[in-house]
Amino acid sequence: MNLTLRIWRQKDSSAKGQMVDYKVNDISEHMSFLEMMDVLNEQLVNSGEEPVAFDHDCREGICGMCSLYINGEAHGPDRGVTTCQLHMRMFNDGDTITIEPWRAAAFPVIKDLVVDRTSFERIQHAGGYISVNTSGNTQDANAIPISKHAADEAMDAATCIGCGACVATCKNSSAMLFVGAKVSQYALLPQGQVEAADRVKNMVAQMDLEGFGNCTNTGACEIECPKGISLDNIARMNRELIKAALK
Amino acid sequence: MALDSKIPEGPIQDKWTNYKNKINLVNPANKRNIDIIVVGTGLAGGSAAATLAELGYNVKAFAYQDSPRRAHSIAAQGGINAAKNYQGDGDSNYRLFYDTVKGGDYRSREANVYRLAEVSGNIIDQCVAQGVPFARDYGGLLDNRSFGGVLVSRTFYAKGQTGQQLLLGAYSAMNRQIARGKIEMFNRHEMLDVVIVDGKARGIIARNLITGEIERHSAHAVVIGTGGYGNVYFLSTNAMGSNATAAWKIHKKGAYFANPCFTQIHPTCIPRSGDYQSKLTLMSESLRNDGRIWVPKNMDDVIAIREGRKKPTDLSEEERDYYLERRYPAFGNLVPRDVASRAAKERCDAGYGVNATGEAVYLDFASAIQRYGKEQAKIHNIANPSKEKIYELGQKIVEAKYGNLFQMYEKIVDENPYKTPMMIYPATHYTMGGVWVDYNLMTTIPGCYCIGEANFSDHGANRLGASALMQGLADGYFVLPYTIGDYLSDDIRTGKIPTNSPEFDEAEKAVKDRIDFFVNNNGTKSVDHFHKRLGKVMWDKVGMARNEKGLKEAMAEIKQIREEFWKDVKVPGSANEMNPELEKAGRVADFLELGELFAKDALMREESCGGHFREESVELDGEQKGEAKRNDKDFAFVAAWEYKGEPADAVLHKEQLEFKDIELKQRSYK
Repeated sequence: MNLTLRIWRQKDSSAKGQMVDYKVNDISEHMSFLEMMDVLNEQLVNSGEEPVAFDHDCREGICGMCSLYINGEAHGPDRGVTTCQLHMRMFNDGDTITIEPWRAAAFPVIKDLVVDRTSFERIQHAGGYISVNTSGNTQDANAIPISKHAADEAMDAATCIGCGACVATCKNSSAMLFVGAKVSQYALLPQGQVEAADRVKNMVAQMDLEGFGNCTNTGACEIECPKGISLDNIARMNRELIKAALK
Repeated sequence: MALDSKIPEGPIQDKWTNYKNKINLVNPANKRNIDIIVVGTGLAGGSAAATLAELGYNVKAFAYQDSPRRAHSIAAQGGINAAKNYQGDGDSNYRLFYDTVKGGDYRSREANVYRLAEVSGNIIDQCVAQGVPFARDYGGLLDNRSFGGVLVSRTFYAKGQTGQQLLLGAYSAMNRQIARGKIEMFNRHEMLDVVIVDGKARGIIARNLITGEIERHSAHAVVIGTGGYGNVYFLSTNAMGSNATAAWKIHKKGAYFANPCFTQIHPTCIPRSGDYQSKLTLMSESLRNDGRIWVPKNMDDVIAIREGRKKPTDLSEEERDYYLERRYPAFGNLVPRDVASRAAKERCDAGYGVNATGEAVYLDFASAIQRYGKEQAKIHNIANPSKEKIYELGQKIVEAKYGNLFQMYEKIVDENPYKTPMMIYPATHYTMGGVWVDYNLMTTIPGCYCIGEANFSDHGANRLGASALMQGLADGYFVLPYTIGDYLSDDIRTGKIPTNSPEFDEAEKAVKDRIDFFVNNNGTKSVDHFHKRLGKVMWDKVGMARNEKGLKEAMAEIKQIREEFWKDVKVPGSANEMNPELEKAGRVADFLELGELFAKDALMREESCGGHFREESVELDGEQKGEAKRNDKDFAFVAAWEYKGEPADAVLHKEQLEFKDIELKQRSYK
C-alpha cells in the first residue's frame, strides 16, 4: 500500500516543532508499524535527510519504550498492543497517517517523537519498592503463603510496562493509572503492607509535583492501555490514600 | 598472559562457602569512599548496582534506554530455575548443577556452575521478599513448570512475563538506592570506552545520547553487564538496541573474549515474513510443556499445505511426523534448545517446511486442549461431555497458562493459534560466549568485571531454558558483591580517581575522533545496509550448521564488508544531538569485528558441541547416528581470544576444563 505520513518534527527540546508530510510506497500489510517507520527512515537517510527519531527497543511489546500517538490514539487504532505490535494490516492503501509524540506537560519532547518520561522514574524513586536488602538469608519463599487470587491480581497490576499511554491519552494528562498499578501491586501482597501508608502518600505527592493532572474517571486510559491495566487500580490507590490519611 | 581461573581449593560443595570465609572485606566506613561503575541495568547490572549500593559503595549506573526497567531482560518470558525441590521430585543443588553442565555439553566451568546452583534458591527468596508476584497454586504456595533438558519441575514463573517481573524487582531495589543517593543513574547514556590507569580499569567514557556530550566517569572498579551479542546476526530475538560495544571495547583494551561461537539458536520463534523484518519474536519454551512439534509425513501434504489446498488440521495423526517424539522418546518435545533447533532445520532442509519460505514447523496444542478439557469435565462432574464442551474447557486452561503468548502470536501472524497450530522456526536468541572471567567474575583487566549474559561462564556450549535469569541475578545479587569486595579492599586508601589524567584524555580523544569520522564520512550507504549484509553472512555460514569452507568464506566476506563500511557508511545529522543513526554506526562497527572473530572461533573448534555444530563432526553409526559428535580429547577447553588488531590475528589462550564431579559422556536425550 502507498501512504502519506504526517509526522511531528522537532529538532530539540527548545526548538519549535511542526508537522511534515512524507510519502512511503509499497508497504506490506504484514509489516509492523515500526518496520514501516524503518522504511521511511532508510528512504530519508538515502536522500540525505535526517531520519525521524522515535523511541523503540524490544519490538515485542514489553519494554515500554515505544510511544507513538497515531491518528489521535496512543499506540494507534488496535487494542491491547504497543506501537511496535501494531501491524500495517490495520491501515488501508492511500491513508494519511498522523504521527505525534506523547503530549503532556510532564513528558517534554526531546526530539521529534521522543519524549522525556523521567517524571515516571521520580515517582518510582519516591516509593516504588519494598525495603529489603539482598542478604542471602531472607526467609524461605514459601514461608509467606499468598492466596492465588491476590497473587494473580498483583500480577495483573505489575504487568504495567510504564510506557505512558495512559498519560498521553488522558485529557488531564493524569498518571493515576500508572501510579495506581504500582501502589496496587504492593498493596495486594503481604510483603508490601509494612510501608503501605508511606508508599502511597509519597508516590502520590511526587506525582502531583511532576505536574500530572487529576483523574476525572473518563476511563480513556484503561481503553488505551496496551496491557489492559484496570481502572480498579485507581480506586484501590484512592482507598489506600484515604486509609493512610486516617492513620 | 596465562589464564588463571582462580577456582578455590576443596570439594565442590564447599568451595564457595570457604571462599567467602577467607576473602578480604571492606569495612562500612571505607565503602563510602569507593566508587563502582555498573554499565547495563538488566537483571545482572540492575541487581549488582542495587546490592553494591545497599552495601554502601557509591554506584554510578548506565543504561542506553530511558529507564533501567527497559533493559532486554524484560522480554524473558518463561521462567527462572531454582533447586528448591518444592515439588518433591528429587531436585537438588547437585542435580541443577549436573543438568546445567550436561545441558551445556560439558564446556562450562564446574566450580562456577555449582555456585550458581547453590545460590539459586536464595534468588527466589529474595525476589518474593521484593514483591515479585510469582505464580502460585490454590494453597498459596509457589507453582513450578518444566523446561527443556531436565526431568524435574524447577522453573518459577510469573505468567509469560517472568523476566519483566524479575527486572522490575531489581529495578525497585535500584529505585530505593537512587532515592538514597547511593546510585547515581545515567539513563540514555552509552559507554564508548573503558579507561585503564596503571593497568587497572578506572573509569569509562560515555556519550549522553540526548545532547551528544562526551563524558568522563571514574571509579575504583568497572562492571560490565550489557548482555549478549546476538544482534551480530541482524535478525535475532534481542532488542533493537542490544549491542556488544561495551564488551568489545574492553576486549580491545585487554579483556579476553571467550567462545564467541557458542550461540543459542532458539527453536520456537515466529518465522520471518519478509525482507523488511527488523527483529524476530520468541515464543516461550514453556509452550513445549504442552505443545507438540510436527511436520507432515508425506511430501504431497507439505505441498498441498503450502499451496493452500489443505490445512494442517485436515491431517490425521498418522499423517503427521512428531519428529522430536520420534527421535528422542525420553525427552520428546522437551529436548534442549540446540537439539530441537537442529531437528527443525533437518526437517526443513529435507523439504518438509510448512510455509511459503519452507522454514517453519508446527507447534500444536490440540492434544493439550483435549487432555485438559477431559480433565476439567471430570473435575466439574460433567458426564458424557460433547466434543465442543471438551474443547471449550480445554481452551480455557491453555489460555490461562499461555494466553499472552497466544495473543502475541495472533497479533503478529494474524492467525488464531487455538484453532490452527502455530508456525515456528529457530532464531538467534542468546550468546553463551562472551568476555572471559575468572571465578571472581573479573576479566583479564584488573578491576574490570563482567556479569550476566555478557560473560562466558556458566552455560558452556548451550544454555538450558530459564537459566539466563538465574545466572543474571546470581551474578548481581549473590556473587559479584562478595568477589568485588576482595579486590576493592586494596583500594581503601586510593581516594577519588581523577578524570584529568592523560589516560582519560587519550580515551576521550579516540572516542571523539571516531564519532567525528562517522558524521563527516559522507558515504553512500546506510548503517543498516551493512548490518543486514553482515547478518546474512552470519546466518548462512556461521548459523545452525557450520563447515570449514563456509567459515573461511565468512571470515573473508566479513572483512570485506567491514572495509566497505569504513569507506562508504553514511551517518546523517551531527555529533552534538540525539542521533540514533550515529549510535547504530558505532555498534555495527563493533559487530563487524566481532563477527569475524566469531567465525574464526567456530573454524578453530573442529568438533560439534551444544549450539556449535560442525558438519564434519557427526556420529556416523550406532544409536546416535547423525547426532553431534563432541571431541573431549582435543577440545575440552575454553577458547579465550586476545585482541591483536585485526580479528583474524587474535591469539588463542586455552583454559583447560577439568571435570572432577561429573563424568564426561555423550549427551543423550533418547
